[in-house]
Amino acid sequence: MLKILKYSIYDLLRSRWSYVYFLFYLLLGFVLLFLNNDVNKAVITLMNVIIVLTPLIGTIFGIMYFYNSKEFTELLLAQPIKRSNIFMGQYVGISLSLTLSLVLGLGIPFIVYGLFRSAAIFDFTLLLVVASFLNFIFVALAYNIALSTENKIKGFGYAILMWLFLAVVYDGLFLISLIAFNDYPLGKFSLIATMFNPIDLSRILILLKLDFSALLGYTGAVFKEFFGTAFGMVMSMLVLSLWVILPVLNINRKLRKKDF
Amino acid sequence: MNIKISFFKCKSSVFNLIFFIFFIFIGTNTTVFSQSKTLEVCSSCEFKSIKKAVLSANDGDTVLIKKGIYKETSIEVNKAISIIGENNPIIDAEGKKENIFHCETENFSISNITFQNVGMSYVKEFAAIFIYKSKKFVVKNNDFNSVFYSFIIQDSSDGEILNNMVVGTMEDETKAGNGIHIWKAKRMHIEGNTVKNMRDGIYLEYVQHSTITKNKSIGNIRYGLHFMFSHDNVYDYNEFTGNGAGVAVMYSKRVEMYHNNFHHNWGTASYGLLLKEINDSKIEENTFQDNTTGINLDGCNRISYKKNNFIGNGWAVKFIGACYENSFEQNNFLSNAFDLSYSSKLNDNSFNGNHWSEYTGYDLDHNGVGDVPYRPVKLFSYIVNKSPDALVLLRSLFVDVLNFSEKVSPVFTPDKLIDDKPIIKRIHIND
Repeated sequence: MLKILKYSIYDLLRSRWSYVYFLFYLLLGFVLLFLNNDVNKAVITLMNVIIVLTPLIGTIFGIMYFYNSKEFTELLLAQPIKRSNIFMGQYVGISLSLTLSLVLGLGIPFIVYGLFRSAAIFDFTLLLVVASFLNFIFVALAYNIALSTENKIKGFGYAILMWLFLAVVYDGLFLISLIAFNDYPLGKFSLIATMFNPIDLSRILILLKLDFSALLGYTGAVFKEFFGTAFGMVMSMLVLSLWVILPVLNINRKLRKKDF
Repeated sequence: MNIKISFFKCKSSVFNLIFFIFFIFIGTNTTVFSQSKTLEVCSSCEFKSIKKAVLSANDGDTVLIKKGIYKETSIEVNKAISIIGENNPIIDAEGKKENIFHCETENFSISNITFQNVGMSYVKEFAAIFIYKSKKFVVKNNDFNSVFYSFIIQDSSDGEILNNMVVGTMEDETKAGNGIHIWKAKRMHIEGNTVKNMRDGIYLEYVQHSTITKNKSIGNIRYGLHFMFSHDNVYDYNEFTGNGAGVAVMYSKRVEMYHNNFHHNWGTASYGLLLKEINDSKIEENTFQDNTTGINLDGCNRISYKKNNFIGNGWAVKFIGACYENSFEQNNFLSNAFDLSYSSKLNDNSFNGNHWSEYTGYDLDHNGVGDVPYRPVKLFSYIVNKSPDALVLLRSLFVDVLNFSEKVSPVFTPDKLIDDKPIIKRIHIND
């Protein structure tokens, strides 16, 4: 598996897209800090970009890579290598290279602008951790979709739909339910509802770290009580990990039955 | 000739009389001066206790307290004397439930003294300096450490409270006292004081025609400034930072606030400035930065808000209801989570010529005024008014999409609530 991982990382590092992605974040980081000159505020703006863009890029990259390297994968499958090794190697390869682009791309400008001297370092670290999680989660989800649809166009469509659902539609449904059940205490409900969407969970995690809880009123107090504690933090990291583990397990389950 | 001489004589006698009166006047004056004496208080002086010195002082005398720690309370000041500390003497109440100074007179002053440890009581308020039915007094350059109340001033007028430093150690609101507490007073002048960690920094009730200027109210557990029924006062160049509930002012008319700083009042029940039933007032050139709510308006009428900075607040301005004829002009609204929250009808409130950092319009003729009106109320802020729980979705992509679609074709937000002449560049404000 490590060998496959190595090859897929090499392959990706040689591809243009990793560099484009890296340069994009590098530019974004520098421009943000240049315009803001305040690391704290840049973290907030960055969060807005990251929670939308990272899942999208992860999804598209994952699905593209799968379909593009399909022939090579089939060649590998003919070799005496375990199926799960091949696909896990590829999966971790993509996720890692994406994460690398992101961490380096954002890390460099922030370090240049004196991150270590500012108090924002923990918020920034959390931002990077969450973004990495989002990469792993959405590449896994994309692989799930790719494995279950042979048709490239269909697969692509489903993947984009999945992203659209989690990034936009889910929040719409969430909002409608919040308005519809306005008369009931909704603290617990919103807590659980955010757990079921990795994008929402990441957003709330970062918002609370930036102390937006004061804005959020009663629900904010419930959230702060939960996420503010070490237990809440561990819990939410656990949920994010589950969001990685469950799709990965599903990939492996699908692999066993799939006929290539 | 005779007549002439008598005239001259007469004239000289008039001169004599004038001289006589003049000398008497000077004489009496000098006798007053010679009577005004300085009574020194220290461990080796004639007076060992402040109380005795004050007791034997007469009008116009000075009581000079030398360096040392004096464990005294209930010192009655009922004559026109100056009490001055030399080399920072300390008066320690040792936690007794009594006032240190009880003043009830005119023309007195207390300065350069450190007060500490006035006892807490649930029944009665005790202060380091209690001033009752007094006029024309000056209290300046004193320090107050862990006192229950530092000042209580009642039924007084024409007092000056200058450059005092109050530092409390308050933790519980019910056990805490206020920094400068004034009940029923006129023409007070409060300048250059610093109040930290008390319950309310400055508390005024029925205080009129007063100026409150250049004070700092920091980290108090309730309000930085709290006034009620206090008309015709001017507040300028004050700083209110990190107070538990910010600044709350109520039931007053003709209040003027200029060049004040309200910042970092951040918490679930915190406001930069909470206005409740304030009428005919001016709030100009203030800065509201990093507060949960910059200004909260409840039943406020005819207030002019001009040239204020609203920076990085949760809500810059929140209208609760029953507000008429408030006008916002030439203010800067910069990166607030919500510029405006509005729950009732427009009610003649106007927004004109402000700078909004979220304005996305254009200025084709380059006259500095945007060609497209700005709508400060977003759909999301409207939704949040209806169901506050929806705030959980703050900064989600869906909300951005929602706001954008509402901006393109307004359906829910009040359509007359617009800034017709949004200013493109940040308005320069002298701080």
